This record gives sequence, structure tokens and C-alpha cells, in this order.
Amino acid sequence: MISLVEAQETNKMIREMNLDVRTITMGISLMDCAHSDLRVFSRKVYDKITKTAEKLVKTGEDLEKQFGVPIVNKRISVTPISIAAGGLKTDTYVPVAELLDKAAKEVGVNFIGGFSALVHKGFTKGDRILIDSIPEALSVTERVCASVNVGSSRSGINMDAVKLMGDIIVQTAERTRDRDSIGCAKLVVFCNSVEDNPFMAGAYHGVGEQECVINVGVSGPGVVKRALEEVRGREFEVLCETIKRTAFKITRVGQLVAQEASKRLGVPFGIIDLSLAPTPEIGDSIAEILQVMGLEHAGAPGTTAALAILNDNVKKGGIMASSYVGGLSGAFIPVSEDHGMIEAVQRGALTLEKLEAMTCVCSVGLDMIAIPGTTSKETISGIIADEAAIGMVNNKTTAVRLIPVIGKEVGDMVEFGGLLGYAPVMAVNSFGCGSFIGRGGRIPAPVHSFKN
Amino acid sequence: MLKGIVTVLGKDKIGIIAKVCTYLAEHQVNILDISQTIVQGYFNMMMIVDLSGANKTFEALVEDLRQVGQSIGVEIKLQHEDIFNIMHRI
Repeated sequence: MISLVEAQETNKMIREMNLDVRTITMGISLMDCAHSDLRVFSRKVYDKITKTAEKLVKTGEDLEKQFGVPIVNKRISVTPISIAAGGLKTDTYVPVAELLDKAAKEVGVNFIGGFSALVHKGFTKGDRILIDSIPEALSVTERVCASVNVGSSRSGINMDAVKLMGDIIVQTAERTRDRDSIGCAKLVVFCNSVEDNPFMAGAYHGVGEQECVINVGVSGPGVVKRALEEVRGREFEVLCETIKRTAFKITRVGQLVAQEASKRLGVPFGIIDLSLAPTPEIGDSIAEILQVMGLEHAGAPGTTAALAILNDNVKKGGIMASSYVGGLSGAFIPVSEDHGMIEAVQRGALTLEKLEAMTCVCSVGLDMIAIPGTTSKETISGIIADEAAIGMVNNKTTAVRLIPVIGKEVGDMVEFGGLLGYAPVMAVNSFGCGSFIGRGGRIPAPVHSFKN
Repeated sequence: MLKGIVTVLGKDKIGIIAKVCTYLAEHQVNILDISQTIVQGYFNMMMIVDLSGANKTFEALVEDLRQVGQSIGVEIKLQHEDIFNIMHRI
């Protein structure tokens, strides 16, 4: 029998500590929509998405009511468009992006991911068209998210793609310069991207996935922070134990919502992504967790160790709560979406270089970081290469979501709105790397890729 | 049996239980268990209820109870029992 104390604890987590299910993402395969005629392809894609996801938002809202826990986002991910649209006789996928945007609006989801290409070993014709379409696609659509996987531990890093993405990011920034270059906030460059990630902008429905699937991303930095406040000053074993216990409870809620959503929608349950994802709200921040752990600000010496502890124990606690844990699962460290991180940057505690070090032990990578609009495309490619190398060598996912804000300089503030938050423009090392990036070709896979 | 948990939280006053119970009775919701405390003038109550015979949908009951709470200045939540079971029981 449930006790009053337990009921109160659950509701306190929801009411005061921002416990929420961050996102329900329906993955939809578009493989069977392939066609050479744009009109036929468009009709098939639009029909499939709107029909399959017809009840997604309503079901999410019903579950929210029934369990009394907020479900913040309802989203869709689709087969990477470079694959699904590979058969089209066309030289641009912008109309496909517009179509996805329209379908997303029709079913009421706030983002649709999958305007993506996987080019870690090389480009197909479709991959090229997709990447070239990104700047325009992200400027004429509102809800479409794009991602490109440029490297993997198995195949090395496609440096031609790294070079190209520097240019694409700058072009995307230029095309959305009237809106603080927001296009770049919807574009991620990955190494070792995962096929079942429910979090935007990097979500897509991988080719190894089934026809349609429900993935759920849970979150609760606020809950972890409050739990850690109770054990201030105690030794590391207690710290770790507290994170584990909390992560378990958070993940169980996600598991419940995922199973129920899958049952009601008649769609198989895929994975729980047990990440801690911050929001710009006070008290819902990863940086604040690091502070409660004993650091003055995120970025202070000890930050990488603290983040490593957090990440590992979130996984350890969450993994028992669900049999199918997948996605990225760990702590996200975006700058603009995290109140404490923003403050750390403003105070000068956190630099791009420290963030890079932190990405070695966290869930993704350099995320939602505003940099000066004058940053060269080679420099951006250099940062992507560094981040991809960390992922490749360490067998983990890494990503880069940089926003060169046209017209803004170091220290200026940029406002993206909503969950995307706001950020101070950060300084970038200005020494050149043009000759390095200019080489092109592919960095071979590291020796530990030969595991078989 | 479709079980729900009703939690009530707010400043104590006369008639909170009466209001909640009247509403539940009117809508054919059976109360299985009640526990309640008052800490420093704050009223805390949890009820386990059976909704199998309810004459409204779960979502409608959630909304109605929220409004009942609003009218008397307390917070009333109705939630499916699963969220508590799954979080606190392995």
C-alpha cells in the first residue's frame, strides 16, 4: 500500500523540483515511402507521418493528466532523409524539409528530427544533396531539425564532411541572421550518433529500427540537485549512492509513461533515454548540481571529475529501472539551456576549452554554444574535428551544436526563446587551423576499432 | 479495479474532507483508504480510491478535483496509482 510520505515525495518532485518526462518521441520509418517522383514521395511521407502520429500529442496530454507528471515535448523522428529521399530525381531536399515541417504542424509536435545524413565513411549522392540543402531548409522551416554524423570509432572521421560542415554552419547562421542565427540551434554534427535518441536536434529513426517506435527521454536535474543538497559535505560514496537512488526513481516514471504510451498508441516501446537534460529555469540545471557537489561554479577545477561522477551514477541508477535503456543516457551540458552554465560563462568560470574537456565524460558534447559571428568556417571545422576525435577514440557519442551569431561579439547576449534559452557569446581560440582542415580525406579509425 | 490516489495539500480549514468526499460520492468514486496529517497548520491528505464505477473519465475527474481544490484554496491532485507504485516499489 502506498504511504502518505511516498505520495508526498513523488508530488514534491513534480511540483517543486521540476521532475518531468522531457520528451516522447515517435520514431517513424520512411523507408517504404521511397520514390523517384517528388509529388508521390511527398504524398506518401505526409500521409504516413500524419496518420501514424495522429494521436501522439493527445495521448501525451492524457498521460500527463492521468499520472500528474508533465510531459514537456511530443516529437517525431524519421528515417534520415538522405536515405529515404535518396531515390528522388532532384538536386535539393528543401521541399522535403518543408513537407516535414507541415506534417509536424499538422500533428502538433514541436520538433521533427531526421533531416539527417550519415557520412562517417563517405558520401552518397543523397547525402551530398541533403547537406547542401541544410542552410536553406533550416531557414525556411520552423520545426525541422537536422543532423550529420561525420565520424565513428569503427570508420574514423570523414574530414571532407568536417570541412563541409564548418561551411554549412556558417551559411545556416547567415541565412537566419535576422533571428540570432537560430538555424544553427537546429543542427548537430555527430560522431558515433545513436539511432534511437529521442532528444533533438539529433534525433532520427535509424535504419536498424522497426517500422514505428516510442522512445522516451526522462529528465530531472532539479530532483538530483535537491537530493544532493541533503547530503552536502558527505563523502563520495554517499554522493554516488544518492545520485543512483534518485536516477532510479526518475527513470521509473519514464518507464511507466513509455509503456503506457506504447500500449495506447499500439506502437512498440523502444528505449528510455535516462538523461539529465536541463532547462533555462532556475533549479533545473546541471551546473547547479555541480555547485551542490562542491564547486563554486561549473568550470572550476574538479568540474570534469564531478561531471564524470554524475554521469556514471545516473546510468548506474537508471539502468535497473528499465530493461531497455538507450539513446544518449547521461548528463547534457548545453550552455544556453542551462541557467547555471550561462552564469558560469558570464562570470568567466567556464570556457570553451573546459567544456571540451567536460564532453569526454558527459552524454553528448559542445551543445548550444553561441560564438562570435565572425568565427571562420575553418575554425568551426577544427572544433568539430576535435570533438569528433574525442568521440572516436573514446567509443562514445560526441556532438557539436555551435551557433555563430552573425553581428554579435564576445560577451553579447543572444536570446533563442523557449527551451532553447539564452546565452552569452563565448570566445573562440582564434589561431588558425585552415591548413589542417584543408587536407581533406578521412582520418583512419583508431586501433581499438578492431575488436572482433 | 482502477485505483487512483487523491492528494490534498494546503492551509487547514473546516470542510476540506467534506468537500472532497462529497464530490467523490457524487461521481461514484469509492474511497478505500484515507490517511491525513496536519503539520504546522498545513493539511496533508492522501486517499486511495476505486474509480471502476466512476461516471466520468479519469481526465475529467482530474480537472474537476483541481477546480474543487481551487474553490476552497487547496491543491487537489488525482493521479493513477501506477506512478507511485512504479517509483517506490521494485
